[in-house]
Amino acid sequence: MMGDHPGALIRVSQLWKSYPDTAVLERINLEVERNEFVTVVGASGCGKTTFFKLLLGEEQPTRGTIFVGGKPLSPEPGKDRGVVFQRYSVFPHLTVLENVLLGLELRRSKFLCRSFGRRRREELEQCEEMLDRVGLLPSANAYPDALSGGMQQRLALSQTLITGPEILLLDEPFGALDPGIRSDMHELVRELYRELKLTVLMITHDLSEGFRLGTRLLVFDKVRVDPQAPEAYGATITYDVPVTRNRNNGNGLADVSQARVQGTGAGNA
Amino acid sequence: MRLINLRPSRGAALIVAALPFAALIVVYLVFSDLRIEANPNDKLLPSMESFAEAIRRMAFEPSVRTGEILLWADTAASLQRLFIGIGVSALAGFTFGILNGLIPWFSATWSPLVRVVSMIPPMAVLPILFITFGLGELAKVVLIVFGTAPFIMRDLEQRVRELPREQIVKAQTLDANTWQIVVRVVAPQVLPRLMDAVRLSLGAAWLFLIAAEAIASTEGLGYRIFLVRRYLAMDVILPYVAWITLLAFLLDVGFRRFNAFFFPWYGTSR
Repeated sequence: MMGDHPGALIRVSQLWKSYPDTAVLERINLEVERNEFVTVVGASGCGKTTFFKLLLGEEQPTRGTIFVGGKPLSPEPGKDRGVVFQRYSVFPHLTVLENVLLGLELRRSKFLCRSFGRRRREELEQCEEMLDRVGLLPSANAYPDALSGGMQQRLALSQTLITGPEILLLDEPFGALDPGIRSDMHELVRELYRELKLTVLMITHDLSEGFRLGTRLLVFDKVRVDPQAPEAYGATITYDVPVTRNRNNGNGLADVSQARVQGTGAGNA
Repeated sequence: MRLINLRPSRGAALIVAALPFAALIVVYLVFSDLRIEANPNDKLLPSMESFAEAIRRMAFEPSVRTGEILLWADTAASLQRLFIGIGVSALAGFTFGILNGLIPWFSATWSPLVRVVSMIPPMAVLPILFITFGLGELAKVVLIVFGTAPFIMRDLEQRVRELPREQIVKAQTLDANTWQIVVRVVAPQVLPRLMDAVRLSLGAAWLFLIAAEAIASTEGLGYRIFLVRRYLAMDVILPYVAWITLLAFLLDVGFRRFNAFFFPWYGTSR
């Protein structure tokens, strides 16, 4: 796993992250191939969100390197990594359609930040197609605040995916949703993942969600614990298991009971 | 039922809201009558007839001396100063607020200065303004700016910082540069908040306007009040105060309507 792998899309080596009084992550080594769907689970406070921020470029590692597509990660968020957060991923002052259109306008119009005329019509068509795909076309002119939590996350996904990022980073995107809505969203994400050949990295605190959705599951946990100083050591990847799924399963979702766990064992984090 | 759970109906709320106003008027009339009965030349609590006469004189008849209708001339002069002052403050607050809230280097450079300037009592620098800018319009406008701009700047800076971090990150993943983030994400979202900040600064703006007019002016609502004070002309002062209150109230309502009309998403997302 630590060997040189030129094909790996994301390569993290010897990554450490600590704050003045707290070690958060230590010795993280990870390679993610194109078109993998990696889910990251772990107890709260185990550093999975910090890891997410490092991949996003929002925070910088204390030690170690992150390479994306063979190049060192630029120290700020960028267009190759799309993101959906648990909340606040969409812009409240734009309608649903404008939210999706924004990515295209920002890409083409660096000064006016808006597109006009024929190009705008083409872009709008593209956006409507995307909204239709995720089932939001009827709400195209509503403001996000009028949408339910699940619809807001559909919007956040389409807004991100319209610009065609290679990597999709999801930070507990379904954590605030009702169970029924959540399984609808699971299906949508699985479908988009396959249609668009995305590489997905998803943080979740729900182990079964991790197994259901991903092709690979990472568990973050602390291996060294000093009871006198709980902040002294950081978390690392304790389990890295491929999730194989029943191919006859029509919806493409893995059945937890059929996920074959490999590696040293799968503890409930 | 507990008092905290008893709510007036719409009609009842209107009636009880009108009661204190009615009571004030009745109390005024009673005391006014008592004083005038004792001394027909009393100036402290004028009768309704003297008010009507004063209003007719100030608002509907041209002044003998200047040929202008005084109330309208005063109102125009005051509103012009108020709008220029508050407009400059709004523009400065919007620009500095966004830059301070969004750009760490800009904030590191300018935030401390804004913070210190906002601590200076504006009335204390009024003499300086009169000395530097003379007794004309400029000093009065600068006083309003000095009194309101630092507050608006700091308020807007805070509003920009309150925007969820997720939005700013999201914009970056959509390949937005700093300018684009300002134009498409930050500015449109803090514009209604700017209107709120300006609305809340209007009270202070009026205060500084009237203070400046009281000290050095030749027309204006504040000037007039302080001028006629010399003759104990309560029959002019009270209608002027009522008129200023009405103007302030209408401006407040106007700003609220403006926000509700132009930013339909605002208010629901708070």
